[in-house]
Amino acid sequence: MNRKLIAMAATLACAFTGAAQAQISDGIVKIGVLNDMSGVYSDITGQGSVTAAKMAVEDYLKASKSALKVEVVGADHQNKPDVGSNITRQWYDADKVDMVVDVPTSSVALAVSQISKEKGKIHVNTGGATSDLTGKSCNANTIHWLYDTYMLANGTGKAIVKNGGNTWFFLTADYAFGQALERDTEAVVVKNGGKVLGKVRTPFPTQDFSSFLLQAQASKAKIIGLANAGGDTTNSIKQAYEFGITKGGQNLAGLLVFLPDVHALGLEKAQGLLLTETFYWDLNDGTRAWSKRFAAANGGKYPSMNHAGVYASVIHYLKAVDAAKTDDGTKVTAQMKTLPTDDVLFGKGTIRQDGRKLHPAYLFEVKKPSESKGPYDYYKLMATIPADEAFRPLSESDCPLVKK
Amino acid sequence: MTHQWVAFAIMVLAFAIAPIWIYPVFLMKVMCFALFACAFNLLIGFGGLLSFGHAMFLGTAGYAAAHAAKVWGWNPELAVLFATLCSGLLAVVTGLLAIRRQGIYFAMITLALSQMVFFVYLQTPFTGGEDGIQAVPRGQLFGMFDLSNNAAMYMFVMAIFLMGFAIIWRIVHSPFGQILKAIRENQDRAISLGYDTDHYKLVAFIMSGAIAGMAGATKSLVFQLASLTDVHWSMSGEVVLMTLVGGLGTLFGPVLGAAVIVSMQNYLAHLGAWVTIIQGLIFVICVMAFRRGIIGEIANWIKKPL
Amino acid sequence: MEIFGIPSQALFGQLLIGLINGSFYALLSLGLAVIFGLLNIINFTHGAQYMLGAFVAYLGLSKLGLNYWVALVVTPVLVGATGVVIERTMLSRLYKLDHLYGLLLTFGLALIIQGLFRNEFGSSGMPYPVPEVFQGVFNLGFMFLPKYRAWVIVASVVVCFSTWYVIERTKLGAYLRAATENPSLVQAFGINVPRMITLTYGFGVGLAALAGVMAAPIYQVNPMMGVDIIIVVFAVVVIGGMGSIMGAILTGFGLGLVEGLTKVFYPEASNTVIFVIMAIVLLIKPAGLFGTQK
Repeated sequence: MNRKLIAMAATLACAFTGAAQAQISDGIVKIGVLNDMSGVYSDITGQGSVTAAKMAVEDYLKASKSALKVEVVGADHQNKPDVGSNITRQWYDADKVDMVVDVPTSSVALAVSQISKEKGKIHVNTGGATSDLTGKSCNANTIHWLYDTYMLANGTGKAIVKNGGNTWFFLTADYAFGQALERDTEAVVVKNGGKVLGKVRTPFPTQDFSSFLLQAQASKAKIIGLANAGGDTTNSIKQAYEFGITKGGQNLAGLLVFLPDVHALGLEKAQGLLLTETFYWDLNDGTRAWSKRFAAANGGKYPSMNHAGVYASVIHYLKAVDAAKTDDGTKVTAQMKTLPTDDVLFGKGTIRQDGRKLHPAYLFEVKKPSESKGPYDYYKLMATIPADEAFRPLSESDCPLVKK
Repeated sequence: MTHQWVAFAIMVLAFAIAPIWIYPVFLMKVMCFALFACAFNLLIGFGGLLSFGHAMFLGTAGYAAAHAAKVWGWNPELAVLFATLCSGLLAVVTGLLAIRRQGIYFAMITLALSQMVFFVYLQTPFTGGEDGIQAVPRGQLFGMFDLSNNAAMYMFVMAIFLMGFAIIWRIVHSPFGQILKAIRENQDRAISLGYDTDHYKLVAFIMSGAIAGMAGATKSLVFQLASLTDVHWSMSGEVVLMTLVGGLGTLFGPVLGAAVIVSMQNYLAHLGAWVTIIQGLIFVICVMAFRRGIIGEIANWIKKPL
Repeated sequence: MEIFGIPSQALFGQLLIGLINGSFYALLSLGLAVIFGLLNIINFTHGAQYMLGAFVAYLGLSKLGLNYWVALVVTPVLVGATGVVIERTMLSRLYKLDHLYGLLLTFGLALIIQGLFRNEFGSSGMPYPVPEVFQGVFNLGFMFLPKYRAWVIVASVVVCFSTWYVIERTKLGAYLRAATENPSLVQAFGINVPRMITLTYGFGVGLAALAGVMAAPIYQVNPMMGVDIIIVVFAVVVIGGMGSIMGAILTGFGLGLVEGLTKVFYPEASNTVIFVIMAIVLLIKPAGLFGTQK
C-alpha cells in the first residue's frame, strides 16, 4: 500500500513538473511496439523490437538528460489486420498509448496508419514493406522508416540486371505485398533492359514450391525472382537447392530477405543470394558496437534491420517530442520531418513530406561458407545505393500530402 | 416463461451498464459474436444440424457491408440490411446444396462450401485480399446520427443485437420452432407425420445464415474493417466453441459463451499460444463432462428451459 | 512435344511432383479412412498427430541422436500409443453419443497439441536433414528428382497397399470389418471388440505419425504443419468414400495429381480445386466415389 502511495505521489509530482515544461498526455510518453511475436516474422521483429525500443529509450534519456517519462509496451498482431487494428484501437482509446512502432505485414501497417490518423496519434513503421504507406495511403500521422517495395525492387532488381541477370521468372506470393513487389521489380527490370519470361502466383502461404520451381526451371530464365517473404522465401530457397536448380545455372534473387532468414537457412543453401537491406551489423564501428550490445540483451541473436530501425526511430521520436514539447501525434510527426536524423545505425538522413525516411541502401551477396568467419558473418557488401536514388522520388509520388 | 424474461432483463441490463467500466468497443465485439453464436445455435441447438462453415455467412456480410458503406457510401442501416440479404442469399444457395445430406456429411459439405467461399474472397480484388477492406466509414445512422461516436455506435449495435435475439426467440417459440425441434429429436417420425423436413431444415438454415450475416455486417462497421479472418474455417470452429460452452439448444447460452470466449481471447492475448491450448481444453472438458454448457447446466438445475 | 501449351517434359515433372504430394494425402487419408470407416470416429486430431510424428523424429534426432530409420519405426509406435491412451480414456465414452461429439473432442485435442508445440517451438520450422542414403538427385532428363522424394512415393505405395491387403484380405481384417458392422455379435463369438477398436485407432494414428516422419525432411517441421493439411485430407476421405480404404488411397494419389496439374494451369486455384471436387462428389454420390451408403 505504501508503495502505491509513493508511486502516486511521484507521478503527481512529475505531472506537475511535467506540465510546466511540456503538454505530455497523462504525464507519460507511452510507446507501443506492435509486431509478430509468434509467427513467421517473430525472429525478424518480435521481442527483439521491444528490446530495441527499450534500449533506445534508455540511451536517449541518458544522453539528452530529458525529463520525459517514457514507457514501452509490446503486443502480438499475429500478422492479421483485424487483430492489429483491435490492439491499436484499444491502445489509443483505453491504454493511453501515444505512438505505435514497428508493425511488419503491410496489411496491418495500413490499418494501423489509418487508425493513427483518425485518433491523432502517430505511427512509425519500421517493419512493413508496402510503398503505399508513403504513396496513395500516406497521411500526416505516419512515418515510414526502414525500407519499402520500391527500394527493394530498385536495389536488388537494378543491380542484378546491370550484372547480367537480364531474364527473369517470378515466384510471387499471391497477396498484396507479393504482387506489389513483383510489379515494382518487373518495372525496374524492364526499364533497365531486361525481360520477364514468366511468372507464377503461389498461394500464400505455401509449404511446397517444387511445382513452381520446376516451372521456373523450364523457363530457362537466368534469374528466379522470389517476390515473397518469411517462410515462403526460406522454403523456396531450400527447395531450389534440393531440386538442383541453382546448380543448374539459374540464380535466385531474394527480393525481401533478412539476416535471421539467412541464419535459419545456413550458408550452404543461401550462398550467392543477392539482397538489399538498409542495415547490417558489420557495416562500421558504430553498428558493430550497438549490435553487440543488442545481442547481449537478445539472447545472443544479432539484430535484424528491423530491430535497428526500431531503435533509431524511437530515438528520433523522443527527440521530436522534446523539441515539440508535446506528444500530440500530428504535431510530433511534423516535428520529426523538420528535424534531420542522425544516429549510429543509419547515419545522417532526413524525413520527407510524404513521411518517407531517406537513407542509403546496401546491396549484399551472401557469403560462401568458406568466406564466413563465424555466426552472423554472412554478407559481402557489393554496392551502396545513395539515399536519393534508393527511394521513389517525390515527383513520382501519388501521396496527397505532396504539394506538386 | 417468466424465468426467460428475467434472464432477458438481466442480459439487457448487463449490456446497458457495462460500458461504464468496460471498454465499449470490446462489448460491441461481444454482442456481435453473441448474435453470431445465437444464429449458429438456431441451426444446431434447435435444428440439430452442425454446420462447420458458418464463417462464410459472417464474412460475406462483413465484406458486403464494408463495400456498401465505403465504396457506395451507404448509410449504416442500409449497409447492414444489404449485407444480411447477401448472406441470406448465400444461405439459400448453400442450403439447397447441403440440406440433402445429414450428420457428418452435412458438416463436411458446409466446410467444403465455406472453404470455396474463402478462396473466392482471397482471389477477388474487391475484398482486398490479405489487406481486407479497411477504413470502412461508420456513417450516419438514418442520415442523422454520427456513428463514429462510440456511444452512438454502441446503441446501434445493441439495438441490432436485441433485434436479432428477439427474432430468434420468436422463431424458437413459434409453431415453426416446435416442428424444427421435432425434426431434431426424430426426423423419421416427423416425416411420417407428413412434414416436409427438408423444407423446414432449409428455412432454418437460411434464417441462421441471414442472422449470422447481420452479426458480421455490424462487426465490420464496429471495427471499420472486413478481413479474411472472418471467412477462415477457424472462425467456424470458434462459433462452435462459443455455443458449446454456453449451452447448445438454450436461448441465452450462446450469448454467455460468446462473452466467455471473446473475453478470454482479449484478456489472455499476451499469453500467445496458451489461448489456443485453453480453448482446446475447454472443448475437451465441455464434450466429456459438461455437455450442457453453462446455461444448460443452470437450466437443468432450475428444471426450466433457458 | 507440347500438351495444352506445356512442353511434355515439364508436364511429366509436374505430375511427378503431384504424385509426391499425393503420397502424403494417401498416407494421411488412409489413417483417417481406417479410423472413420471402421470405427465411425471423426478424428480431427489427425493433423496434430501427423505433426507429432514429425516432431518426435526431430526431437529424437536432436536430443537423442536417433537417425531417420529408427524414427521411422519408433515414432509411429510412440504416437500410436498416445492414440491408444486417447481412445481408452476419452473417445470410448463418446461412442453412444452423436458422432459429432467425437469430432468436437478431437478438434479440441488438436488445438491443445498444436498450442503446446507452438508455445515451445514457435511458428518457424525446425530443419530436419534428409537421410544420407537419399541425398542427391536422380537425373530423369526432364527434371532432377531428389532421391528422397522418390523414396516417399515408393514407401507410401507399399504402406498403403499392405494396409489395404491386411484389412480387406486377411482374417484379422475380416474380424475388424465384422466388428464394426455388428459389434455385439462379434463379441459374442469371443473376440475382444473394444480392444480391437482401441488398437485400430492406435494404428490409424500411427499411420499419421509415419506420414509426419516422412514429411520432416521435405516440409519444415513446424507446429502448424497439420493445420491446413487436415482439411484437405478430410476432403480426400470424403471424396474417396468414408468407409473405403482403397477409395482413400486412390483418391489421395489422384487428388495429388489433380492439384499438381492445377498448379500448372491455374495455380491460384490449386488450394480450392479439392473442395470443388468434394462439393460435386457429395452432391452426386454422397457416399463418395468408392463408398457404400451405410
